[in-house]
Amino acid sequence: MAHADPTGWKRWVFSTNHKDIGVMYIWFAFIAGVVGFAMSGLMRMELAEPGIQVIPEIFGMTDQQARHMFNVLTTGHGLIMVFFMVMPALIGGFGNYFVPLMIGAPDMAFPRMNNISFWLMPPAFILLLLSTVVEGAPGANGFGGGWTAYPPLSGTLGHPGPSMDLAIFSLHVAGASSIMGAINYITTIFNMRAPGMTIHKMPLFAWSILITAFLLLLSLPVLAGAITMLLTDRNFGTTFFEPSGGGDPILFQHLFWFFGHPEVYIMILPAFGIISHIVSTFSRKPIFGYLGMAYAMTAIGFIGFIVWAHHMYTVGLDVDTKAYFVAATMVIAVPTGVKIFSWIATMWGGSITFEVPMMYAIAFILLFTVGGVTGVVLSNAGADVAMHDTYYVVAHFHYVLSLGAVFAIFAGLYYWIGKMSGKQYPERLAQIQFWITFVGVNVIFFPQHFLGLQGMPRRYVDYPDAFTFWNKISTIGYQITAVGVLMFVVVMYYTLFVTKKRIGENQWGEGANTLEWTLSSPPPFHQFNELPRIK
Amino acid sequence: MNVKRLTAKFAAAAIAISGFAFGALAEGRLGVPKDKGLWLQEPANEQARRIADFNLDLMYIITVITVLVFVLMFYVMWRYRAKKNPEPSKVSHNTVIEVIWTGVPIIILAVIGATSLPLLYYQDQIPETEFAINVTGNQWYWSYEYPDHGGIEFVSTIVDEEVFADPTLKAQAEAELSAFLGMPAKLNANLLDTNNRLVVPVGTKIKVHLTAADVIHAWALPSLGVKLDAVPGRLNELWFEVEQVGTYYGQCSELCGRDHAYMPIAVEAVSKEDFVKWVELRGGVNRADAAVSALGR
Repeated sequence: MAHADPTGWKRWVFSTNHKDIGVMYIWFAFIAGVVGFAMSGLMRMELAEPGIQVIPEIFGMTDQQARHMFNVLTTGHGLIMVFFMVMPALIGGFGNYFVPLMIGAPDMAFPRMNNISFWLMPPAFILLLLSTVVEGAPGANGFGGGWTAYPPLSGTLGHPGPSMDLAIFSLHVAGASSIMGAINYITTIFNMRAPGMTIHKMPLFAWSILITAFLLLLSLPVLAGAITMLLTDRNFGTTFFEPSGGGDPILFQHLFWFFGHPEVYIMILPAFGIISHIVSTFSRKPIFGYLGMAYAMTAIGFIGFIVWAHHMYTVGLDVDTKAYFVAATMVIAVPTGVKIFSWIATMWGGSITFEVPMMYAIAFILLFTVGGVTGVVLSNAGADVAMHDTYYVVAHFHYVLSLGAVFAIFAGLYYWIGKMSGKQYPERLAQIQFWITFVGVNVIFFPQHFLGLQGMPRRYVDYPDAFTFWNKISTIGYQITAVGVLMFVVVMYYTLFVTKKRIGENQWGEGANTLEWTLSSPPPFHQFNELPRIK
Repeated sequence: MNVKRLTAKFAAAAIAISGFAFGALAEGRLGVPKDKGLWLQEPANEQARRIADFNLDLMYIITVITVLVFVLMFYVMWRYRAKKNPEPSKVSHNTVIEVIWTGVPIIILAVIGATSLPLLYYQDQIPETEFAINVTGNQWYWSYEYPDHGGIEFVSTIVDEEVFADPTLKAQAEAELSAFLGMPAKLNANLLDTNNRLVVPVGTKIKVHLTAADVIHAWALPSLGVKLDAVPGRLNELWFEVEQVGTYYGQCSELCGRDHAYMPIAVEAVSKEDFVKWVELRGGVNRADAAVSALGR
């Protein structure tokens, strides 16, 4: 471990340091996030009014092409936000940076594999971006079949061009990156905890990453298999998903959602971990029901594997199958409820202060509850008939992801930016940033419940006049959020490059009692050369 | 002006004059989304009503839960703020409360499930139906076939936006639609109206066989409480019944490519007598005895 500190480009490109790799992941997620956010902006602008106005103007194309372009944007937005923003930020970024610190380890178990895990991400992202500029659907560029990529629309019938193949390669590469990351986390957490840190003393964020890593390891190969079968269907004449050759398009949906449902927990479990730390820190109390919290996450992870077909209630499943998936899906509400109530109980009796990370954490708990209860509505196949593939679903999953996972990313950044950079963010400016973003995202997504109930299908470039009002409001919400995002950039720029205020080991006080707060800010290039002992 | 349009106009005029004979001049019900709507579309049959009732029950339950969480959270934020409570407690376990907040949600979910599953079986188990319609999704239109009525076949494509902007075109389109239906009809909404409508009799349970010719589509009618994917290589089934004469609209609900937003579904529900006349108008066969129907059973 006695390397000299590398400098210049070699420090980053050849990096085997978990903190440097974590920082690169966060920057990567930031760049991808900006692209994904811009895509959603184009969609919201287009949907501000009925008719097609914005996309043809911006891209200089015909209405016909714009219709396909809109689908390309929804697809790109979904894939980018899932694979290139939320996952790299929460797992690659915070996971890499803080798991070794929290468990008292000098680095990750496989530092070189960690390097390739990160460096596979930019090529994967470039492949995805390339896929938007080569032919996909007949006579149009890009893949417009949604992030779910259901065949036959994603097959040669719907998208004969090479765009889909590039998207498949992109997911292959990103998937390989994530699988290697998952192996790294599992090995690190099982083998490199500091002496005395039993698994039941491990901080909840490390728990959340451990469970997430298992979900990744078990679910991503299924996605890889499914998209490989799609690739051979497209290029080598196989017929896995092609009815004329005895295949079945629904098989793809089963495989996809066997990955896809654990994937949503992959995105939210690390968020749960971060929120637990923040709530405990600013309530100046240990987390309430630690074991319940850890095993609630384990239960969510496990149940996450046996509920996939609730995404497929309208494909024509047998009624008994649906009945099973209704029951299994509703069960998830129980461990999720345990988490919500345990966070409130952690705050109960605490001595609470409301720094910006805490504001984001509280907003997370409240809004995640809203997204959670609409999830209970959707879990009922009988009611889902009305809401399936409508904006109600869009509202639901943005409440748990955009106002859930993304708020946790904001919370984590404000919580740890001092630790990572050694400089404190400007509190007042960050508070304003929080309030603008909070109002903005709610104005975007709350009215979408109404649109969905009224029957507006999702992934629609144009809509009947009756849907105009709430679409307009939703677009105004986007504009407010855009101000919030811009302010976030300003706050972070100020923190990293302007402020001269330095902070010590622990700016949050006695509530922050995990191991990262025992180190300097930023931590030394190599920490814990002498392992800490946990009592 | 081409011959087809002239014929259509003539037919429309003739129909308007003989309207009384067809007996369907009364304004029908409209199954359309409502401007600034906050809730489900007005249910137009038992299926949609049961969904709406169940959804309302759910709304009460989730509202209570959400309000509870919000109230607890705001109380805690106020009561245990650092200024008011400088000394944090050390409590981090309470078995009783943990059992309660695990157990009570289980009970609530069991209650929801007890309502949810009967609804699901009601929707999914197809009752005795009187006849069947074959529906096929295509990029980007729907084709309909009446196998029990001598195989009436037609396709249903969207009415272009320009038609709504131009009164002459609109009159023409309405005339053609009226000719197709055999009764006067009006276009109601951009992006929802189709050139031909699926015609069904009221008060009749109908089975729909769904499939697709290319990619996956979904046939959905919010006000009638049905939505099901049309999957190539598969035959999906659903049933529905319309209670009142009127026009009911839906839109394709599974991403199917460029014109996904441009393949609406329009159902014209007419009286049983009018349906018999319509079948004759389309050159189909009305069977006196439903028992001979091969597919409707």
